[in-house]
Amino acid sequence: MIGHRSRDDVFPSGRSAIVGAATFGIGTTPGLNNFDLAAMASIKALAQIQLTPRDVDGLAVVVMDETLSVLNFAEYLGLQPRFVSNTRTGGSSFQIHAAEAALALEAGQCDVALIAYGSDQRSSVGKLVSSSRPSPWETPYKPLRPISSYAMAAARHMHQYGTTKRQLGEVAIAARKWAQLNPDATMRDALTMEDYLSARMVADPLGVRDCCLVTDGAAAVVMVRAEYARDLIQRPAYVLGAAHETTHREIAQMADLTVSGTAAAASRAFAQAKVKASDIDVVELYDAFTINTILFLEDMGFCPRGEGGRFVSDGAIAPGGTLPVNTNGGGLSCAHPGMYGLFTMVEAAHQIMGVCGDRQVAGAELAIAHGNGGELSSEAVLVLGSAATLAPR
Amino acid sequence: MGDRVHPEQEFLAFLEQGEFMLQRSRSSGNFLFYPRVAEPGSGAMDLEWVKASGAGTVYSTTVIRQKPPKTHYNLALIDLAEGPRMMSRVQNIPPDQVKIGMSVRALVIREDGVPMVVFEPAT
Repeated sequence: MIGHRSRDDVFPSGRSAIVGAATFGIGTTPGLNNFDLAAMASIKALAQIQLTPRDVDGLAVVVMDETLSVLNFAEYLGLQPRFVSNTRTGGSSFQIHAAEAALALEAGQCDVALIAYGSDQRSSVGKLVSSSRPSPWETPYKPLRPISSYAMAAARHMHQYGTTKRQLGEVAIAARKWAQLNPDATMRDALTMEDYLSARMVADPLGVRDCCLVTDGAAAVVMVRAEYARDLIQRPAYVLGAAHETTHREIAQMADLTVSGTAAAASRAFAQAKVKASDIDVVELYDAFTINTILFLEDMGFCPRGEGGRFVSDGAIAPGGTLPVNTNGGGLSCAHPGMYGLFTMVEAAHQIMGVCGDRQVAGAELAIAHGNGGELSSEAVLVLGSAATLAPR
Repeated sequence: MGDRVHPEQEFLAFLEQGEFMLQRSRSSGNFLFYPRVAEPGSGAMDLEWVKASGAGTVYSTTVIRQKPPKTHYNLALIDLAEGPRMMSRVQNIPPDQVKIGMSVRALVIREDGVPMVVFEPAT
């Protein structure tokens, strides 16, 4: 019978790997457009493994302002790819590209897959760029999208679970402490709870320090089949699980503002990878707003439902805490160039590769790279692991 | 407009007359918002327009803060008594006094020449 989930999920766990991963131009990069930036990151990631664009035969890319971006970017790099993806779900697009690339690599439809993103939004516009048409059902009420949607999720979480403004502040402060260990991060000044609490309110209960940065920036990752990975790099980041879930577009259509599709996506990705939350060494999640970190940690099962605020307290997710979360400084303090999902993938891969310098998590064998698109609408979870995690579990 | 449903046009035409209408599937009895050509899930096209009761409950709320001289304003998600949820705002009360769980009722107002559904406290 044809039906939902009528067949087992046979994702090719551990059969592909990220072997190159780079960012470029985080902060302000005037004079370079989206594709210029994406090309810089792509060439940098390929060069890590002594490849050049002509070696790429699989390509996935989205940018904010060009719906046919994969065509533009293939042309820009001089490629004639046999696998492409232009899937655009907002900030989660890149995790979905990785899931698609893993299947394409397994099926022999490409050998070297490049996933890229670039944005000049800070230099060109100076604010978050929207790539969606205005909703006739929301626009008359003047929502401040996307902030007001996340604010209403935060308000709901506070109402149901007693989550506090200070607990949201713990998320912002932890992100800043990680950013202080990352020379590429945009915001590296100290952030105290007093600074946080006195920041200008934007949409209650969220203030300026609850919101992601507006930066330029580009990122790229290169994926190959596992059997080639060790020829290219000493510590590849194997793709053990990749799953995503789409629940809605507009926030008014989200059934429960305290439970995102991350719960279902993580459940499937963890099953593919044969891991559980307590096995994970480092978590890179899509912190466009402070409430995201709390919601997604709950969704992924790092703490019981409703306990996220208490879980992040007392520096638990900051450097030296019990669970390293958003070790690059996240969207809150490192970079947020419109769509941020590829940056969590780069950071998670770098943690597995062991190249994170002062912020390297000792013994990072299993990492999560999470993506969020729209307004808690499209959620995607990648589980990456070192060679040690490929042994049967 | 004939037999075919023109969801957004018809909703706005009712609203222009001061009427807040919802679609309901004759077969399932379920109400939907926003207006569509078919019921989500079932795809049923047996939709009829029914006058909304106007009763609702605040599911979530925020205050959008603006720099003076612009004023702060409310934005809310309202669970309608008929089932669907919609974005709107609660007015005739200070924006930060709108609380989750508050009972509200719908008003059709005109703002910048455009008719829209907003809510006010029910008591």
